[in-house]
Amino acid sequence: MMRPSKLRPRDTLRVAGTGLKARPLRAVLSALGIAIGIAAMVAVVGISASSRAEIDQQLRALGTNLLTVEAGESLRGEPARLPEDSVDMVARIGPVTAVSAIGAVDDAFVYRNDRIDEFVTNGIVTMAARPDLLRTVGGEVAYGRWLDDALAAYLTVVLGATTAERLGISPTDGSVAVWLGEQWFTVVGILDPAPLAPELDAAALVGWPIAEELLGYDGTPTRLYERSPEAQVEDVRSVLAATVNPENLEEITVSRPSDALAAQAATDETLTTLLLALGGVALLVGGIGVANTMVIAVLERRSEIGLRRALGATRAHVRIQFLGESVLLAGLGGIGGAVLGGMVTAVFGASRDWPFALPLWVLAGAAAATILVGAIAGAYPAARAARMSPTSALATV
Amino acid sequence: MSRDTDTGASEAATNGEDAVAELTGVVRTYPGHPPVRALRAVDLRIERGELVGIVGPSGSGKSTLLNIMGTLDRADAGTVRIDGHDVSTLTDRQLSALRAHRIGFVFQQFFLAPGVSALDNVADGLLYTGLPLAERRRRARQTLERVGLADRMHHRPNELSIGQGQRVAVARALVGRPAILLADEPTGALDSENGAAVLDLLDELHASGTTIAVITHDHVIASRLPRQVRILDGQVDADEGAGG
Ligand SMILES: Nc1ncnc2c1ncn2[C@@H]1O[C@H](COP(=O)(O)OP(=O)(O)O)[C@@H](O)[C@H]1O
Ligand SMILES: [Mg+2]
Repeated sequence: MMRPSKLRPRDTLRVAGTGLKARPLRAVLSALGIAIGIAAMVAVVGISASSRAEIDQQLRALGTNLLTVEAGESLRGEPARLPEDSVDMVARIGPVTAVSAIGAVDDAFVYRNDRIDEFVTNGIVTMAARPDLLRTVGGEVAYGRWLDDALAAYLTVVLGATTAERLGISPTDGSVAVWLGEQWFTVVGILDPAPLAPELDAAALVGWPIAEELLGYDGTPTRLYERSPEAQVEDVRSVLAATVNPENLEEITVSRPSDALAAQAATDETLTTLLLALGGVALLVGGIGVANTMVIAVLERRSEIGLRRALGATRAHVRIQFLGESVLLAGLGGIGGAVLGGMVTAVFGASRDWPFALPLWVLAGAAAATILVGAIAGAYPAARAARMSPTSALATV
Repeated sequence: MSRDTDTGASEAATNGEDAVAELTGVVRTYPGHPPVRALRAVDLRIERGELVGIVGPSGSGKSTLLNIMGTLDRADAGTVRIDGHDVSTLTDRQLSALRAHRIGFVFQQFFLAPGVSALDNVADGLLYTGLPLAERRRRARQTLERVGLADRMHHRPNELSIGQGQRVAVARALVGRPAILLADEPTGALDSENGAAVLDLLDELHASGTTIAVITHDHVIASRLPRQVRILDGQVDADEGAGG
């Protein structure tokens, strides 16, 4: 019989935005809590996703088929050594495609020059390295060149990334020499950090022949590196120990460095969960802030509510207005937080040279979370506004 | 048809169909200790095209009466017919619809939205009719011209004089072409000059056929109106000019 009151969807949105437009500073401040919560959650997930992407990328580049063989400590507590011919023995295992080795050179310490106190060793270990080492572990030369066959017999040294840092030698220094085992060794190269062979980072690497000739090295390896096709890694692994040292099997440790890298990503997950929970708490606090703002808004805007009822608004129109305002307020925080979280992820990732990774589900989750928080926070104030009788709303000024 | 009722409204009274508001035995008691009997059996009939002044001392029940006529409040007893509808049979949603389409309000405090142009304040008078924004603005522009504010469309309330502000509020009540315009002390916040100007405006609207009920406690203003209903202690004490 009578045309009903009607508020168009576009007008509903406009009306929901009036309160925010009227008090922009208050809107920004009360959306801040939600923004911080969402930013924290997005950044935590984004950073952990980026770090995992970086590890995945590393593993793809380095391969996951590298095994290392190491002698544990002998009964006398000294680092045990592998047989001198163990490299050749491993090379003879069918599927093995590459083998290399390092051998710790005892009592050959490295100093920046010959005037340094001999006790200040900086924890740097001198190691004899085979020419095929770098290729086998997938290492990279940051500066200079590697100890190839030509250089291995001379007084030349290649420094691990950490070693170079500790000695204060940077790639721009030009030709420098270090005091190694009471001899001057020319630094011919500096390595990048080697993720699959982190022990090389704190090492000074010299050629096998020069180590035996001048540094009293006995030629026994301390660690072997071996690669085989991915599918045969487990087969090779099962025979490695017996191949290398059939008498003292228990002294041999075989490990797969790529597993350690992957595990590193997994340990990040507990931290991620914890930080995510903290972000959730911030979101909750932000939601309480929005609810508080909305309760105040409803109290302050009684006469507006009364006026709208007089202009023909139904209770439902009043409720949707304040519910919409609450969701918009939370949404404002959500968008701000997502942008902020994305920026933190990008900046943090860029500072570590990580690829940028922000899974879409995080953004979808953030959107859903803010809408939910806004709706819950606004439910009570909106219901109060809707329940208000037009006359009592108009009476209080 | 309403245009020629502005002098002898009561001639149509027997007809019954031309009553915009028809109150019989309306009682309104506010609960409390003791309860306040704001209206105690009010009979009032307002014909289409009438301009009625509701006068009486403060606290006599004028606002209560206007709120009930405007369906913002419900009577505890008696019948209220507005624009042909028995409001006691209508749901809250239907009352809202009645207000959206058939009733215009002007309040003493204007209740203009701050920071919103005069045009959009007036257009909001049509917000809950479901008309598109462009059409609401078009009608708002027309109505603002009608109340003499064609050159103030884009001013905000704080950029308007107090008298202009009240005329914007009148335009907002008018923009939906309501069956009845209800004004609760529209001149209460104005000085006598601006008050007279708003009264002139109501006169003009009345002359062009708008049905208006206006509360005022100002006797000078009231004496200008063609019909005066005097309220005292929640009852109609006198109804002058109704038969004239
Ligand atoms: N919401 C209310 N609750 C209780 N009493 C009220 C309320 N509104 C008005 N009254 C009382 O009802 C009487 C009539 O009030 P009102 O209609 O506002 O009178 P008027 O508009 O003529 O000044 C007054 O005594 C007033 O105090
Ligand atoms: Mg009053």
